[in-house]
Amino acid sequence: MAPVTGTAHDTAATAPSGEGGAAPARRSGARDLAAAERRRERRSRRYQRRSRWYRRDVRWSPYAFVAPFFLFFAAFGLFPLLYTGWASLHRVELTAPTDMEWVGLRNFARLLEDEFFWNALKNTFTIGVISTVPQLLIALGIAHLLNYKLRGSMFFRVAALTPYATSVAAATLVFVLMFGRDYGMINWALGLAGIGPVDWQNGAWTSQIAVSTIVVWRWTGYNALIYLAAMQAVPNDLYESAALDGASRWQQFVHVTIPSLRPTILFTCVVSTIGATQLFGEPLLFNGGGGATGGADHQFQTLGLYLYEQGWVNLHLGRASAIAWTMFLILLLIGAVNWLLVRRLRKSA
Amino acid sequence: MRRTVILAVVAALGAGLLAGCAEDGEETAGGSAGDGGGGKGRTTITVGVFGAFGLKEAGLYDEYMKLNKHIEIKQTSIERNENYYPQLLTHLGTGSGLADIQAVEVNNIAEITATQADKLVDLGGTEGVSKDAFLPWKWAQATSRDGKTVGLGTDIGPQGICYRKDLFAKAGLPTDREAVGRLWAGDWDKYLAAGRQFKAKAPKGTAFVDSASGIMAAVTGSSAKRFYDENGEVVYKTNPAVKEAWDVAAAFATEGLTGRLQQFTPAWDQGYANGTFATVSCPAWMLGYIQDKSGAAGKGKWDVAPAPKPSNWGGSFLIVPKAGRNTTEAAKLAAWLTAPEQQAKLFEKRGSFPSAKAAYALPAVSGATHDYFGGAPIGEIFSRAAEGIPVTIVGPKDLVIAQNLADIGMLQVDQKGRSSEEGWKAAVKAIDNALDQ
Repeated sequence: MAPVTGTAHDTAATAPSGEGGAAPARRSGARDLAAAERRRERRSRRYQRRSRWYRRDVRWSPYAFVAPFFLFFAAFGLFPLLYTGWASLHRVELTAPTDMEWVGLRNFARLLEDEFFWNALKNTFTIGVISTVPQLLIALGIAHLLNYKLRGSMFFRVAALTPYATSVAAATLVFVLMFGRDYGMINWALGLAGIGPVDWQNGAWTSQIAVSTIVVWRWTGYNALIYLAAMQAVPNDLYESAALDGASRWQQFVHVTIPSLRPTILFTCVVSTIGATQLFGEPLLFNGGGGATGGADHQFQTLGLYLYEQGWVNLHLGRASAIAWTMFLILLLIGAVNWLLVRRLRKSA
Repeated sequence: MRRTVILAVVAALGAGLLAGCAEDGEETAGGSAGDGGGGKGRTTITVGVFGAFGLKEAGLYDEYMKLNKHIEIKQTSIERNENYYPQLLTHLGTGSGLADIQAVEVNNIAEITATQADKLVDLGGTEGVSKDAFLPWKWAQATSRDGKTVGLGTDIGPQGICYRKDLFAKAGLPTDREAVGRLWAGDWDKYLAAGRQFKAKAPKGTAFVDSASGIMAAVTGSSAKRFYDENGEVVYKTNPAVKEAWDVAAAFATEGLTGRLQQFTPAWDQGYANGTFATVSCPAWMLGYIQDKSGAAGKGKWDVAPAPKPSNWGGSFLIVPKAGRNTTEAAKLAAWLTAPEQQAKLFEKRGSFPSAKAAYALPAVSGATHDYFGGAPIGEIFSRAAEGIPVTIVGPKDLVIAQNLADIGMLQVDQKGRSSEEGWKAAVKAIDNALDQ
């Protein structure tokens, strides 16, 4: 900035004096004054301009910086959300996506009587519970262990995170082989213990346990690291005073660690619930060649799978959109319940 | 320093992301501008296929590029048709992202012909395309009501019965393919009877067939009317041919003659590797799959005999979307790829059986044998099957109906021990839900 102002200043100074050469001498003093005045004015105007710029900069730049996210969100989040809502009020087929026929709320109304929808909702709920609960409990335990001074703690932390970095497809394929009826490793191990071969895929509970296992395997380490980070922020003197009061390790864990972790636990609960509601890849791939049916009896067809089956196998975009919006509303409901819970907890605390 | 590194990483990631998008866009947009693409004034033609379609693998693209120096052919492939087909529909709907030539599976061709014909080039009049060269029913399947032929047939799936000689010998059944063919010639019930015979003396841990739904597909493929009638009405619920197929397949399941497997799953592959079933209805295109999955351990053990009745399972078409950049050149290429000579080459290299009946007389087809299957004269076996296949009526939702019958209904009977009636009811309920818009 400095050199530019310098030049501007020079030209501003020379211009009047060049003019002054031709003018009568006695008025030169007044003219000098006027010129100085003008100069000051210009400078202050420049300052004003600059400070206006500065103010604008401070005021608007943050928006510019966050704009890319919101532009992307508008294009890939908000627009699809709204368009899906619009499509859910129509009869639309993938064979002619622009050919929309208004049907009002019919797509939603029929979901109420759609036994496949209720089945999917029920499966999503049960798989969600049997995957999220053990997952968070195990994560808490692992985090507690990792929080001790360990040799090679970095190694264990990275190891805890590796399942998370594995692709769903690769992990699920391995689990399909492990849960195989005829040549699966798990049935082999059960066989050693004298338990007959289990047809994991075809049983309602067995298939849901198998799908949940994949979810637990993939996400436990991730949650453990989140808990670990929170645990390391717990002040050490709390433990020291607890120890002085004669609290055992277990009592310390229950009465110091858990209460300090409360907001983190709530956070992981919310994130896991959202993940469980949208569960898709694991049950899809667990079905091997069966596609989106979720097993012969739809026994592990989740809402995500049913949505996919309606939209991309049966080609009914309108019906699929209605399922998508229902899922969204369910998530909003879960969010509201969670918010109420948090408020209650805070008040009680 | 640290900030610079972070900035550099962010920039690199951003650039990568953008490049990824750009590359993808160009790929799906065909990358087929006459002036761009190949450079040196060459025209790029893109071909979109699913799975290992075979055209490229059989060297047909290379041959065409050698014959036509100004053409460059690029192929994009999506592994599974269930992912490929919805994407193709989306691209046809928006008129962008299409390859110059697209493959279509036979279960989808009726829907494409009925709903997308106005977006496709009529290939019937393309130079070098002769209606008489094709099997009449294959030609008819891709011809719309107003007489536009929007797809040219590539292969069909005439079926035989692939069987394991070693298991047949142990169970006291004949192993010679003529004698095996005579066991069940002309009637699927005789095939069921052979299964009972096998079960009586079956080697431990083996079953007569892989799955019940494989049989259902084979039997439905041997009748002209399956899920739709001539007027385009869904009739599978009342069609006696479907009922027969269902009953035969369900009998296999309830009598314990199947390996209780689901086709095209890892468990099915393991069944091949471990030799746990003695027979499987095999369209011509499945021979390569069986060879892959049975591997060296199965060498010299497999053979192939004619099926009880001529039957078709699978096959494909090539279509040329009007929204492509080089529809004229693309139509020429599609015509060449589906000409009898090229179909014969595809059969020789990949086992995809020609839909051009003019190819059957060519020595590459008529004299073809398969080493892995005991030197079986597959050209002769499958040609005879192909000529006996009835003119099947195809309908827009064939795939959905077939899939739910197999993966819901028959799977319940085969793997969950449900009764035939329960399985049928479950399948009908799922199909009703799927067909209702």
